[in-house]
Amino acid sequence: MVKVTLQEVTKRFGKTTAVNRISVEIEKGEFIVLLGPSGCGKTTLLRCISGLEKVTEGRILFNEGDVTNLPPKDRNISMVFQNYAVWPHLKVKDNIGFPLKIKKKPTQEIETKVKWASEMLGITELLDRYPHQLSGGQRQRVAVARAIVMEPEVLLMDEPLSNLDALLRVKMRSEIKKLQESLKVTTIYVTHDQVEAMTMGDRIAVLKDGKLQQIGGSNEIYHKPTNLFVAGFIGSPQMNFINVEVKEEENILIVATSGLEIPLPPAIPIKKSEYILGIRPEDIHIKELPNSTRVTGEIYFVEALRSDTVLHVNTDFGKLVVKIPGDFDAKEGENISLYIDNSKIHLFEKESELSIL
Amino acid sequence: MNQFDYRKLWLYMLLVGFAVFYLMPVYVLLATGLKSLKDVSVSTMWLLPTHPSFEGFEGAVKKLGPNLKNSFMLVIPATLISAFLGSINGYVFSKVRFKGDNVVFALILFGMFIPYQSILFPLIRFLQWVGLYNTIGGLILTHVVYGIPITTLIFRNYYMEVPDELVEAAHIDGAGLFGVYWRVLMPLSIPAFVVVVIWQFTNIWNEFLFAVTVTSSPVKQPITVALVNLAGSQVVQWNMQMAGALLTALPPLLIYIFLGKYFIRGLLAGSVKG
Repeated sequence: MVKVTLQEVTKRFGKTTAVNRISVEIEKGEFIVLLGPSGCGKTTLLRCISGLEKVTEGRILFNEGDVTNLPPKDRNISMVFQNYAVWPHLKVKDNIGFPLKIKKKPTQEIETKVKWASEMLGITELLDRYPHQLSGGQRQRVAVARAIVMEPEVLLMDEPLSNLDALLRVKMRSEIKKLQESLKVTTIYVTHDQVEAMTMGDRIAVLKDGKLQQIGGSNEIYHKPTNLFVAGFIGSPQMNFINVEVKEEENILIVATSGLEIPLPPAIPIKKSEYILGIRPEDIHIKELPNSTRVTGEIYFVEALRSDTVLHVNTDFGKLVVKIPGDFDAKEGENISLYIDNSKIHLFEKESELSIL
Repeated sequence: MNQFDYRKLWLYMLLVGFAVFYLMPVYVLLATGLKSLKDVSVSTMWLLPTHPSFEGFEGAVKKLGPNLKNSFMLVIPATLISAFLGSINGYVFSKVRFKGDNVVFALILFGMFIPYQSILFPLIRFLQWVGLYNTIGGLILTHVVYGIPITTLIFRNYYMEVPDELVEAAHIDGAGLFGVYWRVLMPLSIPAFVVVVIWQFTNIWNEFLFAVTVTSSPVKQPITVALVNLAGSQVVQWNMQMAGALLTALPPLLIYIFLGKYFIRGLLAGSVKG
């Protein structure tokens, strides 16, 4: 188990900056998820940590040791790739045993460890097969078994589940998380799937355009997004955004736009007048509740998911998406009253896109 | 339905026609090779031998035997060495990469377009200088060097189709530059090796110009040169020459027959996802 420290890590390819001055401290045994849209630099950052890419600037430390310029094989890491990367010419047991064989471990030890790793992943009966005789899910298990067989100090995973079908993905999600907990190995996991990130990560690092946007637990990322991007990227359906002004009336700050006025809690640092109000779909209700703001509109689309119902409502200040738990009998074209929970609103500066509430 | 069958019939007749046309010389080779010298004449060229005789083949084996051995001594090491060098080059140009690698690769490919004739004089001078003139070793060296461009190209294209992750996974698991080659790429490239072996074997076996210029003494010459020398001697022994030509053509033919299916598979490998 090591602590991984990234200090101002920067990676440039020619003139494009893929990773831009990222500094993170990853604790021993922590499961951290790098989350972001495609092209945000998350995979590049992972490859920098693995040593497959050389960093342009900055340092990478494992505990106190500087590994910035070490080749991958000297970092005591292992990696699981998106496309499995199991070697087609080797049987499952030889795939799993490969890292040990390279390090010239005695045959007896290789056998024991391969057995242990395959038991952890439940693939003992597949050991004598070739990869082409396996399903995608089984190949992924082989790849994970190969990654843990060396008991690495850092385990890197690059979208390991994105090639699996939906059901299997959910199953593997919990299995990988449990496996990591029992091995207590420091794990860095790359994904573009926010559900994976929320369910698996001890902490989530959200990236965009090579820059770290926010790092924190799922609770923090979801409820206290630091900027407009994080607020919009996390959560499904997406947070509602409304362009608003902030004005002062009778010593109370309120956000306002046509047909909407919401009082703000005191002590909010207000400078400019243009802001973006954010409210999550589940924080808009169809029953009145204390400290809420009523708005009206016309339903124009209903997503009946049965576990919950998503309403798209046209209002005076634009479209609002509302999520209500359970079945809800709504007809398109109907008028509806909505109640925005005043305590759940977010406010972002329009120019800097930073959150101030 | 009937129409379809007729078309197929026509197609097959056409194919059979081409095959017959193509195999005609082989028939003459075989028929004449199996005749005794006194039975050989232009007027009976197309007829099967009335009294089959192995006289021609016996003579050919006796005369060409040592040269046949020379050819094998040449073609086996030259093929294996050039295949090996090609795969190492292909690995470097597809998976290792370095600054300016594309320029170097282009220069290597350029070697394919250098005509044999244009380098004969410097080649001979060089071989004399290093003491390999008039030796099979000299021919091996020549063919290995001349084979580098094509073998490099075939292996590089093959390795380009191998996902980078297979190489990267091996690096992470502790394999170095050569570990990756020995343990991952080489075992994966058997189809490419088959293609290159067939290609090089056939080319080197059939090659004449280098053979006749580099090896001047008859005992050192490969079978292609010896076969031509056979034609030049006193009375033309048609039956022996025909038998000799068949003998000369046999090894590449056998290579194709035994490795042919891998050849096709190798050419197609990577183009279709498995």
